Amino acid sequence: MPSSLAFVAKYIGQVHWDARPEELRALGARAAALLQQPEPGAEAADCLRRILLVVAATKRHRKLDDKFVDVLERALCLPKCPPQIQVLCAAILREMSPSDKLTLSCHEIQETKLLSTVGAILLAQGNKKAAALAVGQRVIKVLEGRLPEGQSSRHLLPLLSQVISVFPASLTEDQTNVVNKRMVDWLRYASVQQGVAQPSGGFFSTPRARQPGPVTEVDGSIATDFFTVLSLGQHYTEDQWLNMQAFSMLRKWLLCYGGEGASSPSSDDRSEVDGSVMSMVSATSTSSRLLPPKERLREKAFEYCQRLVEQSNRRALRKPDGDLQKACLIEAVTIMDIICRQDSSYVYRTLSCLKILHGRISRDLAYAWALLPIAQFFLNHSETAAVDSEAVYKHLFTRIPAQLFHSPMLAFEFIQFCRDNLRVFTENFSIFRQSFPNLFKFLAWNSPSLILEFMDLLPALLGPDTAIEMLHLLLDLPCLAAALDVQLRSASASASERAACDPAAKPASCLEAFRHPLYRSSFQYLLRTEAAPGDSPERLAPLRQLLGSVANSPRVVQCAETVPVLLQLFFNTASECADKPLINQLVLVLLERSDQLYELPAFKADVHRVLSSQLLLLCRLHPSLVVELSKELLEFSGTVGNIQNKEDVYTYVVWAIGEYMSVSYDKRCTVEQINRFFEALEAMLFEITQLRPAASGPPSSPRVIAVLMTALTKLASRSQDLIPRVSLFLSKMRAFVQHPATASVYSEQDSEEILTRATELTNLLKMPSVAQFVLTPTAEVAGAESQRDTHAALPAAMKMVSRFMERGAGFVPG
Amino acid sequence: MVHAFLLHTLSPRPGDAAGPCRLLYSRVFGSERPDVAPEPPGLQELERERLGQKERMLVVARQVDTMCKLQQQVSGRPAADIVLQLPDEPMSLQDAPAGLFRLPAGDPFGDRKTVLWLGVLSLGFVLVCDPHENLMLAESTLRLLARYLLDHLRLLGPGSDIVLKADKTEVILNKVLPHGQLLFLNDQFVQALERELSATLPK
Repeated sequence: MPSSLAFVAKYIGQVHWDARPEELRALGARAAALLQQPEPGAEAADCLRRILLVVAATKRHRKLDDKFVDVLERALCLPKCPPQIQVLCAAILREMSPSDKLTLSCHEIQETKLLSTVGAILLAQGNKKAAALAVGQRVIKVLEGRLPEGQSSRHLLPLLSQVISVFPASLTEDQTNVVNKRMVDWLRYASVQQGVAQPSGGFFSTPRARQPGPVTEVDGSIATDFFTVLSLGQHYTEDQWLNMQAFSMLRKWLLCYGGEGASSPSSDDRSEVDGSVMSMVSATSTSSRLLPPKERLREKAFEYCQRLVEQSNRRALRKPDGDLQKACLIEAVTIMDIICRQDSSYVYRTLSCLKILHGRISRDLAYAWALLPIAQFFLNHSETAAVDSEAVYKHLFTRIPAQLFHSPMLAFEFIQFCRDNLRVFTENFSIFRQSFPNLFKFLAWNSPSLILEFMDLLPALLGPDTAIEMLHLLLDLPCLAAALDVQLRSASASASERAACDPAAKPASCLEAFRHPLYRSSFQYLLRTEAAPGDSPERLAPLRQLLGSVANSPRVVQCAETVPVLLQLFFNTASECADKPLINQLVLVLLERSDQLYELPAFKADVHRVLSSQLLLLCRLHPSLVVELSKELLEFSGTVGNIQNKEDVYTYVVWAIGEYMSVSYDKRCTVEQINRFFEALEAMLFEITQLRPAASGPPSSPRVIAVLMTALTKLASRSQDLIPRVSLFLSKMRAFVQHPATASVYSEQDSEEILTRATELTNLLKMPSVAQFVLTPTAEVAGAESQRDTHAALPAAMKMVSRFMERGAGFVPG
Repeated sequence: MVHAFLLHTLSPRPGDAAGPCRLLYSRVFGSERPDVAPEPPGLQELERERLGQKERMLVVARQVDTMCKLQQQVSGRPAADIVLQLPDEPMSLQDAPAGLFRLPAGDPFGDRKTVLWLGVLSLGFVLVCDPHENLMLAESTLRLLARYLLDHLRLLGPGSDIVLKADKTEVILNKVLPHGQLLFLNDQFVQALERELSATLPK
């Protein structure tokens, strides 16, 4: 037998290892032999462990001998089977599932622990429905009857819970009523006396044991009412364990079997409101005995939840109990919500309870999590109760994200809550959209885990009123992450660190800047909780620069990585519903912000790439924008610094000018405008091809030169007086690429391409009417298809014309 | 209900002797198959189902691995595998990287799921929960599980030992998360469970 570690390495390391079933068979034979001995011991356990390892660790089915499976099944069910062996046999049988070899059945099983073990194996088999029905039936039968000595129902409830999860419609009405009745007993009538310590062997206490006292509340005082999961005792009795287990599965049980007819757990659909059943009998404790089992459970469950709400008001002595109080509160509110959905007569009682609760916990950040199910309840039921719950949502959206963005769990739950109720929020509550600056704090801080959620949230938050502000915010998202970090550090800074702040001196660190008069209002603006469309984001420029000092912090970098995809989504969504004025505004923001970005090189490059392609998209949607924004575009395209700093954006701007500055796209386009653009672009091309090489500055990329040449040609084709100027310029391109400064930087291919393009354009201009047609297809002629392929279509068209000309006109001098 | 519990290795930082993320233990409580199947499934279908289950677990483990690395970058703490720990000191899980994320429907599970994870000593502890689960309870359960597994399995040795102690893992899981059911355990219930565990588990 190989040593343990070698054995492990062999199987773990080679998941797809396919050879030698003999080894497994040998192990199986050995294990079978050991198991059939009267008292299988450590050696049998060791053998079984290895088999389990092989079966579990490999993906492809490891063929276990049928006879061996039989041995395992029998060993498992033996009353004297040592617990360790039982666990191992069960695990092996479960790990090889689903399988057709198993012959286990639960029909005859009386022992609850064995039923639990076998039940789990059966539920792992292929035919879930059959397994769930069989196991469910057996569990109910055992629950109904009187348990034999030494057996505990503790093993049954979790199994039942698994049954209804695997196949919700497993139980008949009679069977569910058995459980309903039992649950009432367990939840409401468990003992309020503490249990006694169990001696190691037996189940019953010795008569000499000291009489235990009553259970206590979490703050140490004597229990005031019936037993719940928040009742403490040194030892617990069987029925108290069942109380805890029953509550643990209560929500699922009610969802499945608490409403009209059997419903599946997936109908935990918050928007579904079950047909209300008005309870004819007023639900007080005495008359509730007249209620059918389902309704009686509903009543008791409600009382249990009310008690938990009261118990959560106590100060727990131990921290784990304090944490449990919060979890219980969340569960209690959720269950009350379900009960109200199933019987709307409970709504009024719940409302009064929750209003008090909300008042109590809304100032306590430790209980912020519980605000979510409360808000959900109001969303589901405020119509029924005709209650104005706006204050609840306002508090939720304005305070919580600002204070607790740094808690990953709360952030996740909060955003799920938004996603679950997206339609309701966007249709009915303006506070949701208005709070987008606050909501984005969650994303800025917890980017990897929340980016997926925000892909759903962003389109809902985006509207004509929020679009521009949101675009600015997205471009500043890394700044927001940095600012949040500063805010947190400032909050935990010592008083002395906070005090010293000389308003005259420049702040030495971001932390100092947080309280510095120069930067304080910028921080406040960046960290605002609500949309502020009137404020201008330009004032963030100095803060942006200051925060550049933390640009390499991992959190900021992770946040920055989400921005390109968010921008893409933003523009996709905006373009679907934006009107022309809004598109113009978006383009202006795009131009303006392209050099006001957070100083993080990879971030800037990615953002430029996205902004450029989006510019293309916007121009296609609204070609007239070139005419409408001609002043700004003229300025942009005429600034030589833009070529260096934002080449991507510049290239597309020039392309757009060339493409859309034409009467065929907008009747308002005048010859003067065309000429003005021409002059600006000509000056640019001159600067970068004639002046720069001489001054030995870095040459611009071939792509910029090509697009400038093409744009100039296009403009000239529409204002034909300009043609001689362009042709003259193009003829100078050969000298340009042959200049030593250029030749040393451009590859031969690049130089060739510039020359070829120059030649093609020159040839084209020799036939002005053809040029006009090729370079400015009318909007109708171009059509939707070729619009998309404009980039490809134009060079192809030009090549074609060019070749035609060369063939026809003979050799064209360079 | 908890759909599944997993235990897997967290791959070390790039540059160290790399190994892909390995699944050390997994237990599925829920079901993936749609409720209505006309006939009982054939042999090939059963194989496919089992393989599919294993693959899905691995997909989750790899995503947790990535998330854990991202989290560690941000917290600025050293990678978990170089944390020094004296043999008898109780494990402190307070500062262990932890988080949660959503798996959309179809990727890889049929229904949408929430993944809760905790990274300790280059091991990932993961709960795959159904939507609308009580996540606060799930988190405290996960921490409890991690604590017991670390204590009883004496995980300070090489990680491969865990797979040979699968029976202990099973026992602990059966107590703390029976059949995938999250339990509302106050501190006294927890202590009672601990007494039962100490009595059951061989030393």
